Amino acid sequence: MGNVVQRQTRGALRFEVCGNMAGLELLSDQGYRLDGRKASELRKVQARMGVFAQADGSAYLEQGNTKALAVVYGPHEVRGLRSRIRHDRAVINCQYSMATFSTAERKRRPHGDRKSTEMSLHLKQTFEAAVMTQLYPRSQIDIYVKILQSDGGNYSVCVNAATLAVIDAGIPMRDYVCACTVGFVDETPLTDLCHAEESGGVSSLALALLPRGGQIALLQMDARLHQDHLESLIEAAMTACKGVSKVLDEVVRQHLQEVSVLSGE
Amino acid sequence: MPLITIVCHGLEDDLRVDGRGCEDYRHMEIETDVVSNTDGSAKVTLGHTAVLVGIKADIGKPRPMVPNEGYLEFFVDCSANATPEFEGRGGEELGTELSNTLYKVFNNKHSVDLKGLCISAGEHCWVLYVDVLLLQCDGNLYDAISVAIKAALFNTKIPRVHISADEEGGKEIELSDDPYDCMRLNVENVPCIVTLCKVGHRHVVDATLQEKACSVASLIISVTHKGTVTCTRKVGGGSLDPESIFEMTKAGKRVGKALHAPLMKLLQQEESLGKTRQKVGFLG
Repeated sequence: MGNVVQRQTRGALRFEVCGNMAGLELLSDQGYRLDGRKASELRKVQARMGVFAQADGSAYLEQGNTKALAVVYGPHEVRGLRSRIRHDRAVINCQYSMATFSTAERKRRPHGDRKSTEMSLHLKQTFEAAVMTQLYPRSQIDIYVKILQSDGGNYSVCVNAATLAVIDAGIPMRDYVCACTVGFVDETPLTDLCHAEESGGVSSLALALLPRGGQIALLQMDARLHQDHLESLIEAAMTACKGVSKVLDEVVRQHLQEVSVLSGE
Repeated sequence: MPLITIVCHGLEDDLRVDGRGCEDYRHMEIETDVVSNTDGSAKVTLGHTAVLVGIKADIGKPRPMVPNEGYLEFFVDCSANATPEFEGRGGEELGTELSNTLYKVFNNKHSVDLKGLCISAGEHCWVLYVDVLLLQCDGNLYDAISVAIKAALFNTKIPRVHISADEEGGKEIELSDDPYDCMRLNVENVPCIVTLCKVGHRHVVDATLQEKACSVASLIISVTHKGTVTCTRKVGGGSLDPESIFEMTKAGKRVGKALHAPLMKLLQQEESLGKTRQKVGFLG
């Protein structure tokens, strides 16, 4: 496995922190990636529900080095624009933002830029497919996600964290929503990309899945990929998402056990 | 009975709604080094108030008035996590107010050794970007933020630099290759902020949102470990008479001075565990 070159930009000056090497090998001949994983291996997922007592639902999820915090408020009365009220279902309002210290280069604005707005819309679309909004007409559900540390797969980690937070808030959903980012290198799909792989020019695809029925809530890809490879890539993504759903299920059951022990049931 | 009556009557007997005394803090949890992308970070939970501070050190140009000093830049992000009212630009007002006070309290040579942040006078210096993230609000933001900043500054590791002359006669800066070769900051003189709220005839330290709603005005005092008051500010819509202010300042000095020793002890204890320390973060 080759060494990774890291060029850090401090102010206007550039430095080479690690030594120099030949090139960036995303998948070595032995089948190992930059961080030592195999092609279809997910990063370690650790999560906790009920992190904040004041919010209706909250969850913290870590996938490798990417850390996200999701908080849910609602269902409550629609704030702001009265025109947003839907008579037959709840309105879902999402905001995606990143902490200014989450990326290697400090980010000036936590949210409000185009990327964050786009992510917020994607999250809204994803959760509208899963949450049973018709049970809460004329109300609003707020989902706020904050990325504390960014190391690739931001959208997927947000979706996974937000699923746990919505469950923690007691809002009924059709199924878990699990997401994963996959890339295509050397005829092999790589699941759960980290930042170095994402910025290494890999064609990446983000998929949000409702595992039990195999329904896709969101599919996004903005790179070039040959049509023949698409099916295998989607297959790999769906398998990865089903793996994530098992982990999330485990977390939810454990949390439920802890809570019921505390309340003496 | 209205809440304010209950709270004021309780305070006459030095008893607050949650059973604390007037000068007692809520349960405080501090952990450093929670975010690995930063040069220093700390997470503080004070009752239901949760604050996360991340510090990134960058090389920049010193300010023209003080060419041989580095400086600190503050940014407070009141995130929507804390309350839905902070969504979009809702939290900007509070964030600006908080960061302006932080500049006054921390960004001076008496609190932090700014000369130590200078690399070459007039050309390069270290700029510490201190980013405060508000995760949950239950009153007493200033105290929690100041403790978090002190802990994060203690945790900050700034890489050592070597200046050499390059071919054209300009200066070239090299960061040391060894990730453990770094400079630490002396946080002895960094003050902590104590907020005292005037409720009825008494004043309380570490007020919850409920108690804040019953108070007329508050006094913010920043106190160093020696008991020196470095900054005072009165906030809130009501008015205070001079005796109250003197009394509150005395109490604030006492409480603030007592805060530093246990904090430094805890930070040094955490530091001494080194690599064997189990990082909990939000998973605990």
